[in-house]
Amino acid sequence: MRLKYVLSEVLVGLWRNVTMTIAMIITMAVSLTMLGASGLIYVKVAEMKELYFENIEVSIFLEREATEEQKTVIQAQLDADPLIESVTYVNKEEAYEAFKEMFRDSPDLVSAVGPEALPESYRLKLVNPQEYQVVGEQYAGIEGVDQVIDKSAVLDKIFNLFSAGQKIALVVAIAMAVAALLLVANTIQVAAYSKRREVAVMKLVGASNWFIQAPFVLEAVVAGLIGSLLGLGALAGLKVFLFDGALRALQGLLAPVSWGEVLLAFPLMAAVGGLISAITAWVTLRFYLRV
Amino acid sequence: MIQLEQVTKTYPKASRPSLDNVSVAIEKGEFVFFIGPSGSGKSTIIKMLLHEVAPSKGRIVVNSKDVTSMRSWKRPAFRRSIGCVFQDFRLLPNRTAYENVAFALEVIGKTKAVARRVVPEVLELVGLGGKEHRYPQELSGGEQQRVAVARAFVNRPLILLADEPTGNLDPDTSIEIMRLLDRINRTGTTVVMVTHDSNIVNQMRRRVIEIESGRIVRDQARGVYG
Repeated sequence: MRLKYVLSEVLVGLWRNVTMTIAMIITMAVSLTMLGASGLIYVKVAEMKELYFENIEVSIFLEREATEEQKTVIQAQLDADPLIESVTYVNKEEAYEAFKEMFRDSPDLVSAVGPEALPESYRLKLVNPQEYQVVGEQYAGIEGVDQVIDKSAVLDKIFNLFSAGQKIALVVAIAMAVAALLLVANTIQVAAYSKRREVAVMKLVGASNWFIQAPFVLEAVVAGLIGSLLGLGALAGLKVFLFDGALRALQGLLAPVSWGEVLLAFPLMAAVGGLISAITAWVTLRFYLRV
Repeated sequence: MIQLEQVTKTYPKASRPSLDNVSVAIEKGEFVFFIGPSGSGKSTIIKMLLHEVAPSKGRIVVNSKDVTSMRSWKRPAFRRSIGCVFQDFRLLPNRTAYENVAFALEVIGKTKAVARRVVPEVLELVGLGGKEHRYPQELSGGEQQRVAVARAFVNRPLILLADEPTGNLDPDTSIEIMRLLDRINRTGTTVVMVTHDSNIVNQMRRRVIEIESGRIVRDQARGVYG
């Protein structure tokens, strides 16, 4: 009976102030979408970092006039290095094949360059890919080495871009959360005001505090949960239209976002939405009803 | 039943205490009038008995519970042993007489079945038999106050507090309400009533405690308004 009473009060409360309820739900939904997106980007970036850095290769390019002795010294040092898992030697012919393959769309360039123009190189696989910098510095100064190249600089730029995107989403999420919070507080005050007579009687005859507060708090929580459902819908939309649609061309570069991951964002959004609403409502009531 | 021991209440920014070292003992089953001019501190006493206002000094015991040290979360359970009637009735306008009384039962966890059994009984007792389904605006002032009394009494409280219950009523209706409170008093309920109404005090001939400027100036069994 009491449960039925509380639930019907919640529905009546949400309907009584329906424009405010809608505003509350929309802000909540936007905030939670941003939160979910930020979470997804964070997970994806971590995943992609692992993927990329796992496969990172360090290339040591030799000077074109490097002598055989110099090569032997370098080769020996590479073979003895505990940080290096394997070494592949690429001679001028092989480099030329790769060059032709890479620039097959511009035959003029390919015909202008002969195998002699290209440097020999060593491709290193590291035991621990995170240590690419140490390895790079170690070999950069040796005689006969032209330059040591790893792809980390480019990757770092890409990941910085993602991290910036994630941070922006998080900032928007927090800003919208503040707006949602104020709307919840306002809605609860209006609801408490419109039920002030009932509340006064309830206090007078000794209704328990939870019983007085529950309809208001649940009203906010229901709005928060509806907001998180809309947020889930928005995330799904982002996946379908933005990620699988507009950004399709980048799919080889970006780690794919699965439906499972989108759904996994929902518990986070629902928990945050519900909790923020509940706490805000409860704190508001403590000031407003003094129960 | 009710004890005030050297109770002083000073509101912040007030120049003098609204209650000054007041000691009163009220026994179970008594009918007591608190009288005195506006601002003498009568209403402060009611608020303290309801654990709405805490005394600055002294001790208050109600139903052998020390209200002074009571935690606020125990207040709801404590309130259930006290019925309350006010000058402005405090009924819910969108509920019928029956629903107003039933509401008070339901919000403290009684089932609808209990309400169906108890509410008609208590409405009959206050003389509203047959008017259960009227809304407050369809009832006269006296009838509305009867609904309020029914709501206060439906839980069979040990104490009934009445804060100027006849303040909005004409003399004849007032007397009917007093008869009702008297009948409730005869069931063993302690009644504490704050009033300005000299007529009623003089007719009832019950214990009168007069307060002026926060002090008790008279405490008289079977007293008159003075």
